[in-house]
Amino acid sequence: MKEVVIRKNSGPLKAFCIASSALFLILFMATPLAYILYVALRQGVKAYWTSISDPYAVKAAVLTLETTIWAIVVNSIFGIVSAWCVTKYAFHGKKLISALIDLPVAVSPIIAGLVFILTFGRQSWLYPYLEKAGIQIVFATPGVVLATIFVTFPFISRELIPVLSAQGTDEEEAAALMGAKTWTIFRNVTLPHIKWALLYGVILCAARAMGEFGAVSVLSGHLRGKTNTLPLYVELLYQGYDFTGAFAASSILVICAVLILILRVWLEKKGGKDLDLRK
Amino acid sequence: MKRFRNRSVIPGFGLSFGLTISILSLIVVIPLCSLVLFSAQLTVKEFWDAVTAPRILASYAVSLKTAFIAAAINAVMGLILAWTIVRYDFPGKRLIDGAIELPFALPTAVAGISLTYMTTNKGLVGSFFHRYFDVDIAYTSLGIVVALIFIGIPFVVRTVQPVLEKIDIQYEEAAFLLGANRWKIFTTVILPELIPALLSGFSLAFARGLGEYGSVVFISGNIPYKTEIAPLMIMAQLQEYDYASATSIALVMLFFAFVILSVNAYVQARTARRVNANA
Repeated sequence: MKEVVIRKNSGPLKAFCIASSALFLILFMATPLAYILYVALRQGVKAYWTSISDPYAVKAAVLTLETTIWAIVVNSIFGIVSAWCVTKYAFHGKKLISALIDLPVAVSPIIAGLVFILTFGRQSWLYPYLEKAGIQIVFATPGVVLATIFVTFPFISRELIPVLSAQGTDEEEAAALMGAKTWTIFRNVTLPHIKWALLYGVILCAARAMGEFGAVSVLSGHLRGKTNTLPLYVELLYQGYDFTGAFAASSILVICAVLILILRVWLEKKGGKDLDLRK
Repeated sequence: MKRFRNRSVIPGFGLSFGLTISILSLIVVIPLCSLVLFSAQLTVKEFWDAVTAPRILASYAVSLKTAFIAAAINAVMGLILAWTIVRYDFPGKRLIDGAIELPFALPTAVAGISLTYMTTNKGLVGSFFHRYFDVDIAYTSLGIVVALIFIGIPFVVRTVQPVLEKIDIQYEEAAFLLGANRWKIFTTVILPELIPALLSGFSLAFARGLGEYGSVVFISGNIPYKTEIAPLMIMAQLQEYDYASATSIALVMLFFAFVILSVNAYVQARTARRVNANA
């Protein structure tokens, strides 16, 4: 008797699916990426080098790096304590906390920026106090950092919570009953379970933090060399018709994005079993 | 009254809970409260005038229309991509799987300038469409749709993919033995399982598209009444320091996003109930 194959791995449908997927990805992903590098290098390597070594470009890159590090540090601390708190103890109001953690990604980046303007801007009730203390948040670096933390807020905790809740509380309870202190329990029992998920979250957070545009754009005030991150610098050059410069600065971000994608695939392979708990 | 939390032997509740609440308040709760406080100060007339100005109404229409079309295209294309990745083996499969994530990693402004530069009448893709089909992409609403397809595609693929992976071959075998052909198996056995995930991906892409700013502002050309999106109008009001109008427009947008996500949550809850009742 002829063997019947229910999920046939050949035939015209397969050809159609692969062809249309490939065409879509070439048109929407590969071409834009290649085009950035092409335009950046169109006027030669020398023009490219002049563009990316421009002092303003370097300053923008440094600010982007600083902001990304801030976002990673704050969100890692928050991710770890919130995931620990939500999964290891039973208390009321958990759902509310989870909803509030997830809220920032559901909000348009422009609205995220607006919210911080309303909180720390000139018309806010906080403003006189901040001014007295000499702290400027809106149209200054702290605003840029805060906006970036906000838009990447759930990225790390969201990776950690499923892993920790799948792992349960037995091991920590056993450790506690044997007299281990909080820090020892965390370091020796919990951390080994979450290290891959934590790294994964850090990568997602870094990807979004370095590229955030809308929220940062609202809060930065566009002070060249002061509060311009790389994406804002790209916008500035593009609107000034300096296409080589804009695409050269973009190419740095493209390289970072591709590196992040590769790291991510590598992590998924390496962290395999631990990361699967997220699903 | 129930106690706030059940006793647990694991130490560190106070520390982790305190830190969680402090950071959450600082980054999310206080800024949101200031949005609520500021909104409460708006008079009805202020709100109504800001929200119903013809130019603002036009921007809502543009945003809703383009985000909806892009999300619909993404639902179809996302299904094909997820199907290709899950069901077929072919060289380069991992590359396709990794490339789907590009829109999450690539800064939106970079994607925006690249897509724009490609699709103007002089660009690589734009000149082709302009010459042979007499269709302009950049600086039209078609351009906005293109940018939103790029931004939204991973949302659909990543929600459909895990569900497709989990479908047990038994059901397809049973349908086959009962005499169903391939198309019938797909429409009556596989598709109904995928509908909730597809809808979920569609809603996420739709909500994200409504709020998207970075990739759209470049390609849209921002022609009043034609290609101005709602987030851009918030930005414009902010630049004139008209916080009342900006907040009013933002509230309407938050309302749209809330409706989309609630409808999705309602449908998901209903399907979950149906599935559980059958089990």
